Formats: sequence, C-alpha cells, structure tokens
Amino acid sequence: MSGFFKSSIGRKVSMALSAFFLMFFLLQHLSINILSVLSPETFNEVSHFMGTNPLVQFVLQPVLIFAVVFHFVMGFVLELRNSSARKISYAKNNGAGNSTWMSRNMIWSGITILAFIGLHFIDFWFPEINTKFIQGDWSGTMEGIQGFRYHEELVHKFINPARVAAYVVAFVLLGLHLAHGFTSAFQSMGGTAGRKKTLQTIGKVYSIIIPAGFIFIALYHHFKH
Amino acid sequence: MNLTLKIWRQVDANDKGKMVDYKVTEISESMSFLEMMDVLNEQLVNAGDQPVAFDHDCREGICGMCSMYINGEAHGPDRGVTTCQLHMRMFKDGDTITIEPWRAAAFPVIKDLVVNRSAFDRIQHAGGYISVNTSGNTQDANSIPISKHAADQAMDAATCIGCGACVATCKNSSAMLFVGAKVSQYALLPQGQIEAADRVQNMVAQMDLEGFGNCTNTGACEVECPKGISLDNIARMNRELMKANI
Repeated sequence: MSGFFKSSIGRKVSMALSAFFLMFFLLQHLSINILSVLSPETFNEVSHFMGTNPLVQFVLQPVLIFAVVFHFVMGFVLELRNSSARKISYAKNNGAGNSTWMSRNMIWSGITILAFIGLHFIDFWFPEINTKFIQGDWSGTMEGIQGFRYHEELVHKFINPARVAAYVVAFVLLGLHLAHGFTSAFQSMGGTAGRKKTLQTIGKVYSIIIPAGFIFIALYHHFKH
Repeated sequence: MNLTLKIWRQVDANDKGKMVDYKVTEISESMSFLEMMDVLNEQLVNAGDQPVAFDHDCREGICGMCSMYINGEAHGPDRGVTTCQLHMRMFKDGDTITIEPWRAAAFPVIKDLVVNRSAFDRIQHAGGYISVNTSGNTQDANSIPISKHAADQAMDAATCIGCGACVATCKNSSAMLFVGAKVSQYALLPQGQIEAADRVQNMVAQMDLEGFGNCTNTGACEVECPKGISLDNIARMNRELMKANI
C-alpha cells in the first residue's frame, strides 16, 4: 500500500483525500460563520463549543492542520515534478484553447490561499493559541464584553478595509481553486464516470456558495459597523 | 496562399536547436498540412538545404506517427484529427504558422520535429497485452458474452493510436490519457481480468519511471486527442490501481 502512495496516481489520490477533508471543513466553517450574521448569540455559543471541546481541539484541529500542510506540501511537490517533465517550453502554446484558466493555475490560486491562511493564522489562530494554551484562559470571555468574546472579535476584524479587501481577493481565488478542484478530486478518486455532469453542477454551486458566503460575511460586518 | 513558417530546427539530440523562418508560396487550401511540409522540403532540397525532418507514415490519420505542435496546439487548430488530416483551409493567406516538436522530457527530440516516443512502447511492454495460450485449445473469444456497453467502451479506448498528443498538450507532460486508454481496453473485457492487477501496477510504474508528469485533470488531452479518448479512461485507471492495491 505504501508503494501506491509513492506512485503518481497515489499522490493524486492523497491530494484528493486531503481536498475532500478541507472541502468539508470549509462547509462547516461557513455554516458557523454565517451565524455571526443570523444570530450573534448562537454564533458565540457554537464558537465557544468549537473552541473548548476536547474532541475538536485535540483531535480534529491537529487533523485539520495536518491536512492543510499536507495539501500544500504535496501540491508543491507535484508542481515541481510536473515542471521537470517538460524541460523546454513551447515557443507558442494555446492553453486557453483546450483547458480552463482555473485548471492551469491551481498553483497560483493555491499560493494566494496559502498567503491568506498566513493572515488568518495571525488574525485568529495565534491569538487563540496564546489565550487558551499560554495564558490558560478557556473562559471565552474578555474584559469589557458581556458574555462570550467571539462575535465582538470577529466584528472588530472587519473594520479595516484592507483586511476586507484581502478577504475578498483570497476568496475569489479560493472559488477559482474549488471550481476546478472539486470535480478534479472526484476524477482523481476514479469517481466521475457516468456522474460527470452531476458532479460538475454540484462543484459549480459549491465553488460559488463557499467564497460568496465568506465574502458576504466580511462585507456585512464591515458596512454594518 | 502564401505563408510564413516558424519551424524548430535541431540537427540531432545533442544540438541546442532554434526556430527558423521560412516562406512558402502558392499553397492550395486543399493540401494537407504534411503536403504543405512536402512543398517546403522540396523547396529546401532544390536550394541545397537540409529538409525538415518530421514523422509521418500512413497519412490517413490512423498510424499515430505525425506529431507536430502547430500554432500552440497538438496536431494544429482542427479537432479530432492528426496532422496529416489537418488541411490548409484551416489557415488564411499571409498567416504565420509556428511548428514545434512534442515537448516532453520523456519524448527527447531526435532531429527537427521528430521525437523519440519509445517510452510509450516500454509502457505497453510493461503490461499492455493479454497472455493467451495459443496451443490450439484456445477458447473462441466470441463464446464469452460481453455487454454492448462494455464492448463499445473498450473499443473506444482501443482507438488510441499512441501519437502522444496527450503528453504534448498536457501542461504537465502527463501520459495518463494514453496509459488510461491502454489499461481500460483490457479492464473492460473478461479477457483482461486475469492480469488486471499486475497490468495497471506495472504500466503505471513504467509511466512514472519514464519521467512523465502527473495528471492535474485540466482535460486538455481529451480536447486535443485525435481519437477523442475520454478522461473517463484516466478515472478508470485510477480505480484499477486502487483496486489492485487494496
């Protein structure tokens, strides 16, 4: 079995498996974040549950970090191998004549998402680690704020228009990444035969809803503030 | 029509190579692309120059020998045809046409537009066959029932002529459409089941060994394939490899 994951197809399958996990994560992330618009109290309660539940914190969070790191590292490894498979480029190449921009530029949309994850770590993850694991404060509260702190922190993040602009750009690129990645993951798993059109439709809907939802949340809080 | 041709010239495998401009005149739109190349070569020979080396054989779109990257596309701007079946009516008077060899580390240039595609042969040797006892007691293939659907799909896969346009057009120089077709044509038939696991494992291992890139599912190969080989064959190969490893 280890030989399988060293093969070109095995590597693609491992990319697809990590992609499935990340796509499921995005869906649940959006479902929780949209609560910040619909019901701040529910958002606070769900956020506190996610931020303090041992299963989420000590099992799912490490799996998520592994999946993110693996997906990026394997993406770069495959890109390097693919580049070395053509040492001399064509003088004239009409890539747009036979494939989509998204499919040819997964590495660039991926690098943009990586940069966004860097920003997201600075904004959210590092402060959370500091509060919970270094200061040992698992209360979910903050001085000067009644109840849980999560909604207030989220709203505060979207005051800065530069951050909102970065969110919009990153999520547009995420949408393009997903527009190809969704069906591509199923194809790598050998699953599109006979169901291609259905998967393409679901992929299109998914790759629009996910970024549009996150962009809506950022713009909503920015302009409501 | 009168045309300007920008053609890759390379003396041998060790030469660095370069693009060279040529003019051809009075080209009929009814000519095939290779006939236009014949006109150029006649012109070059008459002038005492080396003709442009290019692969060709049947000139009927079935042997898979012709292999030119024309104006940025494998086998040129037409769809579902090899270079020999591409006609000059696809171009306009005064056009500049760029002609390059297949570009892939696994397909090294031998001379001008001729590349070495024996990597495909080695992949075929690794498993693209079925072992049959030919002692005289062989079962008649027609006595094994095969559904029409499976037979059609196997036949579609078997129409791959191994020209290498999939590799040439893929941004990763991946050979997965070719290998997918060769795996599929047996995977769909009862005769191919006995060696199915070894076949897919050995052919994929040889494909990786040859230095082809990984498929990223852009679908460019399917669009440029002169025989319309479907991406479903890559999905089937992926399934076959997973099945062989579980």
